[in-house]
Parts: sequence; structure tokens; C-alpha cells
Amino acid sequence: MKTSEQSLSNAVTIERKNFDALFASLIKREYQIVGPTQRDGAIIYDIVKSSNDLPEGWAEEQNAGTMRLKRRNDKALFGFNSTVQSWKKFIHPPSQRLWQTKQSSGKPAIIPEKSKKQKLAFLGVRACDLAAMGILDKVFTDSPFTDTGYRIRRSDILVIGVNCTQAGGTCFCASMNTGPAISSGYDIVMTEIVEKSRHYFVVEKGSKVGEEIIKELPSAEANVYEIEGAEELVNKTSSAMGRKIDTTNIKELLSRNSENQRWQQNAQRCLTCGNCTMVCPTCFCTTIEDVTDLTGREANRMRKWDSCFTMDFSYIHGGSIRPSVYSRYRQWLTHKFAAWHDQFGTSGCVGCGRCITWCPVGIDVTEEITAIRMSDKNNPSITLSKENK
Amino acid sequence: MTVTLEKLTKDIVPSQEMIPEYFRIIRTQKNTHDTFTIELEPPKNGFSFAPGQFNMLYMFGVGEVPISISGDPSDRNTLTHTIRAVGSVTRAMQKLKKGDFVGVRGPFGTHWPAEESKGNDIVIVAGGIGLAPLRPSIYHILSNREKYGKVVLLYGTRMPKDILYRKELEQWRARFDLEVLATVDRAASDWKGNVGVVTTLIPRSHFDPPNTVAMVCGPEIMMRFSVQDLLKRGVPVENIYVSMERNMKCGIGFCGHCQCGPTFICKDGPVYPYNAVKDIFIKREI
Ligand SMILES: Cc1cc2nc3c(=O)[nH]c(=O)nc-3n(C[C@H](O)[C@H](O)[C@H](O)COP(=O)(O)OP(=O)(O)OC[C@H]3O[C@@H](n4cnc5c(N)ncnc54)[C@H](O)[C@@H]3O)c2cc1C
Ligand code: SF4
Ligand code: SF4
Ligand code: FES
Repeated sequence: MKTSEQSLSNAVTIERKNFDALFASLIKREYQIVGPTQRDGAIIYDIVKSSNDLPEGWAEEQNAGTMRLKRRNDKALFGFNSTVQSWKKFIHPPSQRLWQTKQSSGKPAIIPEKSKKQKLAFLGVRACDLAAMGILDKVFTDSPFTDTGYRIRRSDILVIGVNCTQAGGTCFCASMNTGPAISSGYDIVMTEIVEKSRHYFVVEKGSKVGEEIIKELPSAEANVYEIEGAEELVNKTSSAMGRKIDTTNIKELLSRNSENQRWQQNAQRCLTCGNCTMVCPTCFCTTIEDVTDLTGREANRMRKWDSCFTMDFSYIHGGSIRPSVYSRYRQWLTHKFAAWHDQFGTSGCVGCGRCITWCPVGIDVTEEITAIRMSDKNNPSITLSKENK
Repeated sequence: MTVTLEKLTKDIVPSQEMIPEYFRIIRTQKNTHDTFTIELEPPKNGFSFAPGQFNMLYMFGVGEVPISISGDPSDRNTLTHTIRAVGSVTRAMQKLKKGDFVGVRGPFGTHWPAEESKGNDIVIVAGGIGLAPLRPSIYHILSNREKYGKVVLLYGTRMPKDILYRKELEQWRARFDLEVLATVDRAASDWKGNVGVVTTLIPRSHFDPPNTVAMVCGPEIMMRFSVQDLLKRGVPVENIYVSMERNMKCGIGFCGHCQCGPTFICKDGPVYPYNAVKDIFIKREI
């Protein structure tokens, strides 16, 4: 990674009217471009062909349990924050065949799913989602087994990040130390700046490919005002973020509070619908099922996203390990914020806020963790750690 | 925008560890009313494992389940599994015959410290089907018998009809270098053996607690009380090992189902030093 001084000197500006040159350059390199697009009242990630496909002038209003699109008073291309789904579905597909088996007279045959190269450019990756991709990398390639499918999908992805210049209603990336500024893992990073008379991007390279692409675009060397202006916007985003949590010793906090009353109170509200796990960019759990054809001579092993909120998830002969709602919510939250540190050396939460927005009853992880901290009987330093923040 | 996401990300090879290989059944044996043993022939190069490890066994068109290896680790040409028929996959497996095929991937997970415990006394405490994952350890210890001190096997089942490996237990009982005690929870009046839970055997058996390594496998409640009684006799807590069980879909840390506290049973277990999982025995629904 580069130091910020180096990147300073490397930054260029690209005017909005020249932005489509980026698409041309990516298409020439045979990338399929995946980016944000507005559809059915939401912003989603899908194939995009030009800046016409981007959600120009749209923002979302997010709060616990609600999201609606609204018009901005400018024409920003990236004037929104967390989309419903993250990029997870592209690198860890919701449903995937692992292999197929066919009955024959002797030994049945096993046909592993064939590999097909794909070259994707992710356009508009936010800091939180980029951090989430780094976390999935740890889960699937460094744990100690490697999911080869994941590795292949992931290795051909070009990341074009976008720094956030405003926080969404449920964001708390600053508390999780993942954003709003992108610090690593990108090929190109941009900050979008919309002024009265000028709409442009401050752009920096993060890799060799990124550098080559930028070279092909009509650009100008960024001056100190443009660079500092961009940085200031991102810094303001951080300080204006509405939600926060105190993560001091969070592992120990959750571990000693496994019987905190709050879990039971929360269980009165949680519907165990699993929405939070589906939208979370780091939730990786899956199940594997057999799908047989009508003759029963052919079976497909299908891997599908699964959720720790179902009873089946922990079923073993005799019953579920976690039959109560409280134990399942506790499992999810404790895994994200505590166990993940033991398992992968990082938090499992990046603070994207999706689970808060998409929870039908508006359960908010930041509120839950704060409530547990406030009612933590064994923590003499509650007030101390709060002052430190 | 006609390309669907589904199309973009399909058609990519999964990890090698996710793809089983079919092994042919060379022998099946009924152990009890609901438990059976299958012996499989590894297709090539034999099959190596350490006592306590498990395989994911796949039944054509039905599904895949984690099953411990119950055979002799020194026999690379036979892979043995002892299975209790409890649900869809295991019941389908009950119908398997010689010549049929079972998908196998593995071995996965941690092992009993059988090799590492040379020079110590050994206490093996098994409950029900829990004897199956411990049998490879017993084989290993018996084939290197002179390297160990006293060796004790304590075995409890619910009823006499649940006792596994009866013939073998008789042979082991006849050995002068192995103490075998068995008990049942409940029995009719014609039962001549011990009645009571397996923990009642712990104070009666002969071993030198400070120099003993204990391996415990059975239902969680049975393991919990066995560990308490082993501790009471003075077995050092760091010498006690247990084997945990959770739902498993992958065996290699990808599916998340087997999480037990902060660990994954498929890669951090199933065999754990008791200290590493003692919270699980105390806390509810972890
Ligand atoms: C590490 C390990 C070693 C095991 N070793 C043995 C063994 O040597 N012999 C033996 O008979 N059994 C063993 N089991 C238990 C065995 O895996 C289950 O009995 C089996 O999965 C039941 O599947 P089913 O489809 O027949 O039952 P169903 O009740 O139809 O299963 C429904 C679902 O729950 C899962 N499930 C149900 N019970 C269990 C369970 N106890 N553990 C994990 N998943 C479960 C199944 O995989 C399936 O996905 C072991 C389990 C683990 C985790
Ligand atoms: S916390 Fe909310 S989104 Fe998650 S399972 Fe409960 S009700 Fe559903
Ligand atoms: S737990 Fe919630 S806020 Fe954290 S990464 Fe997952 S969806 Fe985002
Ligand atoms: S069995 Fe899938 S993570 Fe352990």
C-alpha cells in the first residue's frame, strides 16, 4: 500500500462529462462492469454499460426498518450509500451447484462443476463493502482451507472504490474503523465532487492495472485544493455519522454478558426472519442440499445461503441446539462482533448498516450493543471507556 | 442489462475438499437394533487418518452426514464407519449392501491424543455410539500397549441391547492389560452386569489420576458429569479431552453450521481439550 503522500501526488481529476471514458476503457479490457443502478424503487448492483445506467441524482433515506429513494438536488452518480444487497452475491453466490452425480451400473460418476473465467469490474465499491470483501477473503481462502471457486471468482475482480461524501442513515463504519475513506484493496479510488458549476472526480490509482486505466482517461493532475476538498468531504462524513458503537473490549463484553436480560427483551421483537443475515456483506453461512431429477438417477449438490436464525441451522438428532429466539439472535450478534475475532482475527461487522435498515421490526445492532454495555454489571470502566471515545 | 447475476457467477469449480470420491462397500454388519458398521475399500493408495477424525459420507440423492471413523488406523486398506440410523440419511445408509457405493470426503478434524499420551495411564469413557469414535484410539493403544501405563475403558449405554461391539468388548475384557467396565442405565432382571450411569464406574476403576489422560465421548450431559468425576479423582483438567457434535454441512469451515462458541467443530474439533469448550457445557443454547 502507498502512503497518503505518494497518493497525493498521483491524484488526478476527471470531469463528469468525461466519465464514460472509464466505461470504454474497462470494456476494451473485456471487463463486465457491475455497478449501482436504480430499479423497482431501490438501488441495486447489476451489469452497467454506461453512466446512463447509474442512479444519477438519487439518494436513499435509510433508518431502522425503512428505506426509500428520494431525489437529490444535484446530479451525483454516487449520491447514495448502502444498497440492499452488497457485492457478496457476485463472489459468494446465493445458489451454486458444487457437483453432480449420475447413477450407472457400477460406480456412480461425480462431475465437479466446471470453471468458467469471468472478468468483473466492480464500479462504486464503498469502504465498508471493500472491508467486507477482505473479511470474506479470510473466511474462504485463509482458514486453512481454500474455496477454489471463491478464489477464482475473486481473483479476476477489478475494484473501483468510491469514498463516501455523506453517511447513510444507518451507517456506522467509522466506529468499525472501515470507512468512510477507502484505505486499501482497490485498483482505483474516486471521490465524487459536485459543485454549482463543476461536477468532477478526484481519482487515485491503487494498482498497476488501475494506473494503466487512469492513464487512458481524459484527466488533469489534481491540485492541492481539489485534493484537500475531497479529503474534507470524507472527513466530514465521518464526524457527521449518526450511529456509533463503542467497541472497546467488545469480545469480553459479549462473552461475560451471555445471560444479559437484553437478549430476552430483544427476543420479544425479533421475528427470526433472517433478513439481517441475507443482507449482511460478511454473513457467509450456507447449507448444501441434494436436488434429484425425476428419474432419481441424477443428483445435484446445491450450495445455498443459509441463516443462523432458522431452527434447522443447528439441528442435530433430538432437536435444535438453539431453539429459543434469544439464543439465535445472541449467536448471530456474538459471532459477528466477538467470535469472529477468535476465528478470523477481525470483527465480522463492517458497519454498513444494512441489517438495521432491512430488519422488518427495526432492531438496531448499535442500540443492542450499547444497551448491553450500559447494563454490564461487571464493567467498572463503563464511564471511563466512554470518555475515551 | 440482459445478463443475469446468476449466469455471471455460476460454473466455477468448488474446492477439492468439497468433492467426494465413491468407495465400494466390502462388508456390512449389524451391531445393534439401530446401529450398523460398513467397511469400505479406498479406491487407491489407501486411506490414512488419526483416531477421532471423521469423514463426510454421502448417500446418493439423499444427503451427506459427518461420521467418525471407527476402524483401525494402522489398516490403510479398510475404512470403517459405525452408524446409528436416526434420520433420513443414516436410515438410507442402513439399507446399503456389499458392493454398493458411498461418497467419502475427509478425513477432517482434530484427533484424540493417543500417540501423544505415551507414558501415561489412559481412561476412555464412552457413552452409547460414542464408543465408535474412540475405537481407533483403543486399537492404537493396544497395538502399542507397552508404551502406556494402565489402560481403562468405561462404557455405558442406555440398555443392554444398545451395547456396541459386544464380541470385541468380551475379547478386551479377557485381556490382563486392559480394564473394561460396562454399565447400562436400565435393564431387565436377567441382566447380570452393572446398572447405573457411566460415571459410577469412574471411582471404581484403577489408574493413577495425576498421570492419566482421559478421552470422553458421548452425549453432552454424560461428558459433563464424567469430566466432573474425573476431576474429582484428581485427573488434571488439561489432560481431559472430549469430542463435540454439531450440525455439519461442509466439514472444512465454510458453512458455519458447526459453530460451538468461538470455534468451528469441523476444524478446531471435534476433539477438544476440555478447557477449550468448558463454557459450552455451562451456558445454555450456545
Ligand atoms: C464430528 C461428528 C461425528 C459423528 N460421528 C458419528 C458416528 O460415528 N456415528 C453416528 O452414527 N453418528 C455420528 N454423528 C452423528 C451423525 O452425523 C448424525 O446422526 C447424522 O447427521 C444424522 O443425519 P440424518 O440425515 O440421518 O438425520 P436427520 O435427523 O434426518 O438429519 C437432518 C439434518 O440434521 C443433521 N443432523 C442430524 N443429527 C445430527 C448430528 N447428531 N450431528 C450432526 N448433524 C446432524 C443432518 O446432517 C441433516 O442435515 C457424528 C456427528 C458429528 C458432528
Ligand atoms: S434481527 Fe430483524 S432482520 Fe434479523 S432475524 Fe430478527 S427480525 Fe429478522
Ligand atoms: S452486522 Fe449489520 S452493519 Fe455489520 S456488516 Fe453485517 S449488515 Fe452491516
Ligand atoms: S461443518 Fe461447515 S463450518 Fe464446520
